[in-house]
Amino acid sequence: MHIAKDLVAASATPLVLGILAEEESYGYAILKEISERSGGRLEWTEGLLYPLLHRLERLGHVEAHWRTPDGGRRRKYYAITPSGLKELAEQRKQWDAVSEALQDIWKATRSIVPAPGPVLEG
Amino acid sequence: MRPENDTELETQIAEWRSYMLRRRAVASADVDELEDHLRERVADLTETGLRPDEAFLIAVKRMGRMDELSREFAREHSDRLWKQLVLTDEDAPAEAERRRGLLVMVVCAALGVLAVKLPALFGFGFDDSAEFYGRNMGLLILAPLTVYFAWRRRVSRNTVLALAGLFALGALGANVYPVADDSQSIVLSAIHLPLALWLVVGVAYAEGDWRSGQRRMDFIRFSGEWFIYLVLIGLGGGVLTGITIGTFSAIGIDAETFISEWLIPCGGAAAVVVAAWLVEAKQSVIENMAPVLTRVFTPLFAVTLVAVLVAIAVTTNAIDVERDMLILFDLLLVVVLALVLYSISARDPGAPPGVFDWMQLALVVSALLIDVLVLIAILGRITEFGFTPNKSAALGENLILFVNLAWTAWLYWGIVKGRKRFALLERWQTDYVPVYAAWAWIVVLAFPPLFAFA
Repeated sequence: MHIAKDLVAASATPLVLGILAEEESYGYAILKEISERSGGRLEWTEGLLYPLLHRLERLGHVEAHWRTPDGGRRRKYYAITPSGLKELAEQRKQWDAVSEALQDIWKATRSIVPAPGPVLEG
Repeated sequence: MRPENDTELETQIAEWRSYMLRRRAVASADVDELEDHLRERVADLTETGLRPDEAFLIAVKRMGRMDELSREFAREHSDRLWKQLVLTDEDAPAEAERRRGLLVMVVCAALGVLAVKLPALFGFGFDDSAEFYGRNMGLLILAPLTVYFAWRRRVSRNTVLALAGLFALGALGANVYPVADDSQSIVLSAIHLPLALWLVVGVAYAEGDWRSGQRRMDFIRFSGEWFIYLVLIGLGGGVLTGITIGTFSAIGIDAETFISEWLIPCGGAAAVVVAAWLVEAKQSVIENMAPVLTRVFTPLFAVTLVAVLVAIAVTTNAIDVERDMLILFDLLLVVVLALVLYSISARDPGAPPGVFDWMQLALVVSALLIDVLVLIAILGRITEFGFTPNKSAALGENLILFVNLAWTAWLYWGIVKGRKRFALLERWQTDYVPVYAAWAWIVVLAFPPLFAFA
């Protein structure tokens, strides 16, 4: 299944903030996590992820720091900030509103049914 | 993992890094971050059984085309597309060198201010000794600039002696001849001495290695940028002057003496050094401006000159030879030469000839044709009225520039026809520089006695 570009872009911020709200992480791990959580349906490019992370950093929603494990390469870790948590809560409210409205509409319009399931009877 | 694959992977990653670093919107820290990402993915893919090189190919492919990636970065970091002149550097030796440059610049700018104001102690005020400053301005403001380059480049003792000797010669030429304040010779010397000394600055700029064609071309590039920076600083200075006069007159204080005795001479003298420092500091950061202006103005000048020629041909009007005509056409040749020089300075010598080269050829040829018409008219006048210092100097300059441009046109013809290499033209221009120096010194040193100090 292909998810439309606009939808991917709109959901990017809450997804990243949500993942970072659990624990701090780095680029590749975030990308993998998103892929796993969406069952492989959300495939992000690096061109989406890193500029987004940098934007969130500029806005103060996340903090970044480089860490070098013993004998390893340095890696840039991102952690959510209080302002990021607030933003996440706000985004969540908005998404809840949207998804509630959608649920309502899905229930009302029976003609639209996820393929490939059989048409349900009313 | 086998070791040979490992080194192969490292080479591939290094290559990828260098490509990525060329993208202006992607900072080197971002490349580190992306490299970490790339390596993680390669490691994951090799775990599933792929060979490292295959894994690398897939990982790079997954990262998306570099253009797209860097466009995404540019959208977030649009500021990076505007190169900034950053005066601090994390790199310690470079930082120390930069601090030293800044210090030398400040000291030399102060020297410039001192040189311009010191004569006032001996009764040569800036406002009422126009004659003294007319003779010596070039010496006073270019000596600190020469010191600046000699100091920064740590030139050898012989070069220092040669530079000092040339400046002493200039000082003698400007001051020992018994020429009247309103004579032509003094004006000629005031114009030609700065020119001669500017090329002495070039010797200091080239660390004394003035024979090298490349160094000469570097100095030509420097001169264009320096001039542009000086004009920009001058514009800022003009605004400062206006605001100073305005605000002080608003509170009933006349600032005019301060402006003319201090702000303008001191600011000007310091600006000469500051502009030089700016050119060096921003050298690799900002695109050179002179070649950009050249690109804009070459077609415009070419069209104008061709239009003049067509007008002469259609109307068959002769050029009206006024007194100042020769100077005007000298200036025209200087402008055309500058357009040629600065487009050469930025051109890739290996690039094939294009439309722009044809345009340059048209520009040079039409300037030459106009100049021939003027020269014929003026030679008539000179044979009628005899030589004066002004006419001789103007005529000499015209001939020097004419010879340069005529040979330039000949070389250009060969280049656009694909028979000659572009490097020949560059070589010709850098080889010709000493001719200007020789002529400027002749006018300063030999003209006054030749024309009986007229």
